[in-house]
Amino acid sequence: MPNQKTWAEKLQENWFTTKLETYVNWARKSSLWPMPFGTACCAIEFMSVLSSHYDLARFGAEVLRFSPRQSDLLIVSGTVTDKMAPVLKKIYDQMPEPKWVIAMGACASSGGFYRAYHVVQGIDEIIPVDIYVGGCPPTPEGLIHGVMLLQKKIEKEKGKLLSVRD
Amino acid sequence: MTVELKERVDVGQILQERFPSCVVKSEEFRGDLAVTVRRDGLLEVVSFLKNEPQLDFDLLLDICGVDRLGRSPRFDCVYHLRSLSKRRLIRLKVPLDENDPEVSSITSVWKGANWFERETYDLFGLKFKGHPNLRRILTHEDFKGHALRKDYPADRRHPLARTTDALTTWPESVGEHPERMVVNIGPSHPATHGTLRIQAVIEGETVVESDSEIGYLHRCFEKMAENHTYAQIVAYTDRLNYCSSFMNNAGFALAVEKLLDIQVPERIRLIRVILSELTRIMDHLVAIAANLVDLGAITNFWYFFRPREEIYDLLEACCGARLTVNYARIGGFPLDVPESFVEMVNEILRRLPRFIDDVDRLNTKNRIFQGRTRNIGVMKKEDAIEWGFTGPCLRASGVEYDVRKAHPYLDYESFDFVVPVGTNGDIYDRIAVRMEEMRQSMRIVKQAMKRFGSGPYKIDEKTISLPEKDKAYSDIESLINHFKLVMEGITPPSGEVYSYTEAANGELGFYLISDGGPKPYRLKVRPPCFPIFQGMNEMLKGTLVADSIAILASLNIIAGELDR
Ligand code: SF4
Repeated sequence: MPNQKTWAEKLQENWFTTKLETYVNWARKSSLWPMPFGTACCAIEFMSVLSSHYDLARFGAEVLRFSPRQSDLLIVSGTVTDKMAPVLKKIYDQMPEPKWVIAMGACASSGGFYRAYHVVQGIDEIIPVDIYVGGCPPTPEGLIHGVMLLQKKIEKEKGKLLSVRD
Repeated sequence: MTVELKERVDVGQILQERFPSCVVKSEEFRGDLAVTVRRDGLLEVVSFLKNEPQLDFDLLLDICGVDRLGRSPRFDCVYHLRSLSKRRLIRLKVPLDENDPEVSSITSVWKGANWFERETYDLFGLKFKGHPNLRRILTHEDFKGHALRKDYPADRRHPLARTTDALTTWPESVGEHPERMVVNIGPSHPATHGTLRIQAVIEGETVVESDSEIGYLHRCFEKMAENHTYAQIVAYTDRLNYCSSFMNNAGFALAVEKLLDIQVPERIRLIRVILSELTRIMDHLVAIAANLVDLGAITNFWYFFRPREEIYDLLEACCGARLTVNYARIGGFPLDVPESFVEMVNEILRRLPRFIDDVDRLNTKNRIFQGRTRNIGVMKKEDAIEWGFTGPCLRASGVEYDVRKAHPYLDYESFDFVVPVGTNGDIYDRIAVRMEEMRQSMRIVKQAMKRFGSGPYKIDEKTISLPEKDKAYSDIESLINHFKLVMEGITPPSGEVYSYTEAANGELGFYLISDGGPKPYRLKVRPPCFPIFQGMNEMLKGTLVADSIAILASLNIIAGELDR
């Protein structure tokens, strides 16, 4: 067989070596499944990010799941009030690990310009946040930038590998 | 709406003659009639106002509280009533003492009073004797105190540490009928398009009864308004109905202008009309598109979101923002429309009809669409008025009431357009009315574009509008003027007005009280969604679960406006 490749050649074509962690991180960052927690005005801009013009699918994050149990990225877009806070916490708790959170807009990040008796002053009062996106509402480009930053963060994550039994 | 008023009836005088012991005084300010009534006489007076054919105040617009801290009696409970046939408005004020702030509930006169009274109880602690279910509505159960009282600090929070359970008590009917079950929808559910919560008792596929809970987006707009200057509040109004922000801006600006007793020049009025109508179109596009998605017709969503982006582009060219535009100012605009304005509006007018016609053709005669919308979610004319409906939802039920025709503002009387009305009050009619309204709005914009020319974009009045930016940088007088307006703000005379406009969802009213200072003493919004959402539970009775989602979407409830 004149064209028979040596084992060494075959390996070079079809294999690459990496660390398991890097590989898993790469897979995770490229297939985020967002759970939109849209409460107010920001949610309207979130819809724009998803639809054809801005197209979040280009970043592998278009598979929206309205069930927290099937998603790994919580995007909180809009004001969270004290009445809503326990609901948000419950939804976050229902998401399986690993999970990430983006606070979209001034309200989700800090309460925005509502320093008021019924408004949570940033969702980090209740749940941990990975990325804060500024703006009231952020432009669609702003949110996309936030998603890209999150991807960079996931790339570098360490020690989040779960054992087979978990 | 061509009823001409034959005789000018002095409602205040009639009331005073009829109820000499309980009507304390009647006064007029900026054309608004306000009558002060003793609390024991309130039920009699409102029943008389509603049932007396000569007066015919059939629509309950709003109930709210006012805290006059330092005065005795401390509170006012304020009612706004409107007569649709006689085109009149009246404000009733009932003074209440701090130690016994109780007044009879008027839920026996108007069903729609229920939620309004609950809101007044929640935010002011006023009590309503005979109310069937007097509990908090906007804030949560564990909230302490009454947030809109003047001695309540704006930022004192009471975080809620637990999830609250079912809305009311567990419905009794479920125990008796084991085949029934309770389904909870919301407050975070894709079908509610916002933070609404509905709980329905269902038997098989049919909704037996339902109740709804609101307040998940209560952002304290009214308290924020009391703590900011008039110019700052414009930004907060954006976030009421965020699908059509500009109309809220314009409505608020008009309210303050009414208080200041000024009329802006024609060009400013024209720009406001053009942008308002385009925003109305934008709002209807979203409402119809979302409604159709809930019926399974997703194509329309993409058809309608395309022209919406074009209107966004126009707004962005005007002010730099897409969604929360913050573009109207008291006395005009912060900056002039761009040079490309005419061209852009004409381009929108040229392209828009195709999208509307496409969606029309895809649906209106479509059998599936008709099957899913005709005779579903019916709201009868009388009931719609009883609940306090306004806007497209009221017109779909066959009442020809549109603020733009009945009480024209911004020169709407000079435009040629018709008010579409439905016959049945079902989902089909609500969509059809919105479709036709978009076409009528285009007609108005076309006429306005013909008149559009050059002129000022703000009034030339030192105490109201800011000087041009370059002048503020180059001459000392303008700089001082700029500084004073920013630091001190506009100070309208003391008094109170109720100003109202036809927003996308109905009558958007601002009840504004000024004490002569730079911040409003009280600002109450009359949100069109609020009474509509209250009436929804009646529509849901007996419908299928799948239809209930379609009904909800056909009402276009926007949480920002509902909860404020
Ligand atoms: S950040 Fe601004 S746009 Fe976003 S929810 Fe808050 S107020 Fe609305």
